[in-house]
Amino acid sequence: MASETPTPYSSKDSVVCRNVSKVWAAGTRRAHEALRDIDLDISPGEFVVFLGPSGCGKSTLLYLIAGLEPATAGEIWSFRDRVETPSPERSLIFQETSLFPWLNVWQNVTFGHAIRGVPEAERKAIAADALQRVGLAEAINKRPDELSGGMRQRVAVARALSMRPKVLLMDEPFAALDVQTRQKMQDFLLDVWRDSGASVLFVTHSIDEAVALSDRIVVFTARPGRIKTIVTNTLPRPRNLFSRESEALRIHLTDLLRDEVDRAFAEQEGLVPAA
Amino acid sequence: MTDAAIANPAPAAAKASAVPPGTAETWSTRLKEKLAESGPRIGWTLVSVGLFAGIWELLWAVGLADPKLLPPPHVFLGAFADQAKFFNTATRWSIGLNPADGPTPRQALLITVGATMGRVFSGLLIASVLAVAVGVLIRYFHLFEKLTLPTITLLSPVSPIAWLPVAIFIFGIGNAPAIFMVVIALFFHMVLGTVAQIDGVNRNLINVARTMGATKRQIYLRVIVPAILPGLLMVLRLNMFGAWMVVLIAETTGVGYGLGQVIMLARNTFNPSLVFFCIALIGFLGFASDWVLRMIQKRILYWVPETTGVLRGL
Repeated sequence: MASETPTPYSSKDSVVCRNVSKVWAAGTRRAHEALRDIDLDISPGEFVVFLGPSGCGKSTLLYLIAGLEPATAGEIWSFRDRVETPSPERSLIFQETSLFPWLNVWQNVTFGHAIRGVPEAERKAIAADALQRVGLAEAINKRPDELSGGMRQRVAVARALSMRPKVLLMDEPFAALDVQTRQKMQDFLLDVWRDSGASVLFVTHSIDEAVALSDRIVVFTARPGRIKTIVTNTLPRPRNLFSRESEALRIHLTDLLRDEVDRAFAEQEGLVPAA
Repeated sequence: MTDAAIANPAPAAAKASAVPPGTAETWSTRLKEKLAESGPRIGWTLVSVGLFAGIWELLWAVGLADPKLLPPPHVFLGAFADQAKFFNTATRWSIGLNPADGPTPRQALLITVGATMGRVFSGLLIASVLAVAVGVLIRYFHLFEKLTLPTITLLSPVSPIAWLPVAIFIFGIGNAPAIFMVVIALFFHMVLGTVAQIDGVNRNLINVARTMGATKRQIYLRVIVPAILPGLLMVLRLNMFGAWMVVLIAETTGVGYGLGQVIMLARNTFNPSLVFFCIALIGFLGFASDWVLRMIQKRILYWVPETTGVLRGL
């Protein structure tokens, strides 16, 4: 897993991507290019949002960084390690609920500890601590089907945090939630992020979400996904999302995305061949 | 739905504490609740069966159903006392034995039912344990899949009838060939069913386990096996009916006691009442076994949501 060879890149960066490309079903007739030549450096503790039209490969990049899928070309590093397999240091949170339905909340939170043989009493303490941090201390003995969508995602966050990750990868984690819950969850996530000191890589297609959360916003092109530009979000925290500056940033991002969305549509309608 | 509303289990708790536990009242209320819950279902089951029997009786009453060929329920059930003696299939052919010896007709009926059920469930148990193990191994070891899956797929359309001579060649007569028949008839389908269940496991659950550092073995034991349990129980229920079908064919070989023997006897002696009596008996036993499996399913698969309510709302 952890390659011991010294990294050719800064070992202080939490994620480094160099010329990363991904072709799905490579070498077959169904082959399609998801990502092309991604170069990206992410610092420890940074909150980076991946923004782009649907199907632009931003989730694919997250899977590559998680180590769940191999890159077709290029290299991904995390601190000193070349990313080749998944690691508890890089926790992934999905859009759909991914709690194990047959385990209760505390068993879900400490799944990673259970497979390492941590005794039950210790696991319960770890779960209690992690659930405290996501404001769900009461739900420790509940089952996932007794929780609302927002609560389930908080349990998923608690599960990811209990592994003390250095990088938190989030794949549209709040997309399935209603607007009010989603805003609550964003505030909650910012608290958790500050406490944990982990870098967060957050995939979304919501410009509002990108403006509310990010230090930097990586804007992707339509298929194949390339980095169109990286926008630094200098709005002071806590953020006033109704300020003139945040409105200006939203308009800027909307302009950046409009071309890409148009192109994605045209491609889906078969008006232009895929690049 | 807000988090607060979900987090508050007050209504259920209040209901439970309204009546002190252990009193006579809790028992009667609990019984009432149970009845209110399952009463309509039992009622509708009786109505459904009654409707079927009623049409049959009507056809008999107007002379369309010849009681010599299609005896209606009141005839074949009413003749029970007289028919029970035919269940004594093990000793009735024994030479030099007084027909009055051996079990009474009622005992013979119970022995027959017990023997057939024993074959059904031991066959089902052996087939499911083997099939789940092989199915999991097929996905776990790629080489094992390549070596076994084509043969298993090739053998699964073979009718149990074709296995009957094989069963006799290998095991002779008795319980062993009958159980072998049940196992061989179910095994291949259940392997394919298990593999399909494994392929249907939510990728996210597997990926979560992977990011937490689970090994392949841990992923199989802690994620895939519990995730496929609901589907496997469904496979088990469907194959339980299959087992009931096969066991009769298997029992037409010499097995001593067995419903298959009784039906063979009824066929050879032209006794339609006995045939229909056996059919009714098998229907009842199959229904009861399915009910038992459904109860087990509810108990151990507490996380599987009930969706029938949604369909009824359509």
